[in-house]
Amino acid sequence: MTTLRRIVVVGASLAGLRAAEALREGGFEGTLTILGAEHHRPYDRPPLSKGVLLGEVAMDELMLRVPEDLGAEWLLGDPATALDAGARILRTRGGEEVPFDGLVVATGSVPRRLPALDPEREGVLELRTLDDALALHKALRHASKLILVGSGFIGVEVASSARRLGVEVEMISLDPPLALAGAVVSDVCRAMLLDHGVGLHVGRSVSEIVGSDGVEEVVLDDGTRVGGDLLLVAVGARPYTDWLEGSGLVLEEGVVCDASLAAAGAERIVAAGDVARWPSRLLGGGSLRIEHWTNAVEQGAAAARTLLHGPSSDTAFTSVPSFWSDHLGTRLQSVGLPLLGDRVEIVAGSVGERQFVAASYRGDVLVGATTYGMARALVPYRAALARGEPALL
Amino acid sequence: MDRDVCDLHGQCVFAAPELFRFRDDGELEYEEEAAGDLAAAARRAASLCPTSAIELRD
Repeated sequence: MTTLRRIVVVGASLAGLRAAEALREGGFEGTLTILGAEHHRPYDRPPLSKGVLLGEVAMDELMLRVPEDLGAEWLLGDPATALDAGARILRTRGGEEVPFDGLVVATGSVPRRLPALDPEREGVLELRTLDDALALHKALRHASKLILVGSGFIGVEVASSARRLGVEVEMISLDPPLALAGAVVSDVCRAMLLDHGVGLHVGRSVSEIVGSDGVEEVVLDDGTRVGGDLLLVAVGARPYTDWLEGSGLVLEEGVVCDASLAAAGAERIVAAGDVARWPSRLLGGGSLRIEHWTNAVEQGAAAARTLLHGPSSDTAFTSVPSFWSDHLGTRLQSVGLPLLGDRVEIVAGSVGERQFVAASYRGDVLVGATTYGMARALVPYRAALARGEPALL
Repeated sequence: MDRDVCDLHGQCVFAAPELFRFRDDGELEYEEEAAGDLAAAARRAASLCPTSAIELRD
């Protein structure tokens, strides 16, 4: 194997940091360079929709712990704009040319946008970065009614935070709340949102924003008008691969990787986190991409191992996916891939009390489990998934 | 483990059940020492803790 003298990690967030740590733990002693598009050192994103909006998280609490002996060179506030995988060099917006022997692509994802909702417009915000969160925190202090477009994790968490701040919320979405967590969870979440006074407009989209200076109201696709003085677009994210167009890497809604997270079409380039698409053993080799926090941690470390040792059956990435979301005074947690199931069984607690574990089965095979408020009762299901046949399909 | 920081996500229990457990009262308990193969499990658990409540010492 070619000696790796310089490894560059593109992406100074969770996956990139965990990759950098694992490179050092794995014995890499060469030059380690970490590029970040934002000016900030690695920070934790989950609090952005919760504690940061509520003003309950101090900046130093938000920062991810960086080992003192990491020995990395940081290039922050200067996003990578182009990669030449063959020539093994990348360029930044600031004009830096950074050569590498090994590369970790961990550029995460960026908010999806809708033509009718221009985030450049006054009063229209999106939430991905710390700066986004600080802007939303500030805007919420002066807002009376928030129009939330989208009902995924970010939408529901921001709705929860806004209500705690005393801001009215109107949620507009094509899908029911947290549809991506399954029907049982979605129904409970919907009931909790209503209890918290959130106005729901499910099955609707925004056709137009009305307001001479900023936002005064929106017109929905059925003609309904919904008032509000602040609008958050939270309609999901897309993997950030724009800078990799023409690089030689294979891009299909993410960086296409092999089972070890080695990028297809390149040597000694790996990807981790939101941006990586890999053939998952859970899907019998079917392609998977996961935007969860725990996935960024595990793939960061796994991609580093692949870079150091080369892809092989020993470095194949396998894990039980897991996510959580804190909202409306409770915590949603999930393990496995519950949406693969064809039936759901309530195995602990009660849906009526909004505290339960729903196990998801495909035929007789356990494919995932989800809970509101019963983390402990999820443990045996997590263990069974880890023990079980790797393929859920 | 810093119990003031721990938010009972249970990611450590998921990642390293041989070291971390939920007690019947819902609190976490854990092994103070993790030698050999268990050291890797302890590192995995620490890296997966959403609140960075787990610190490893040599």
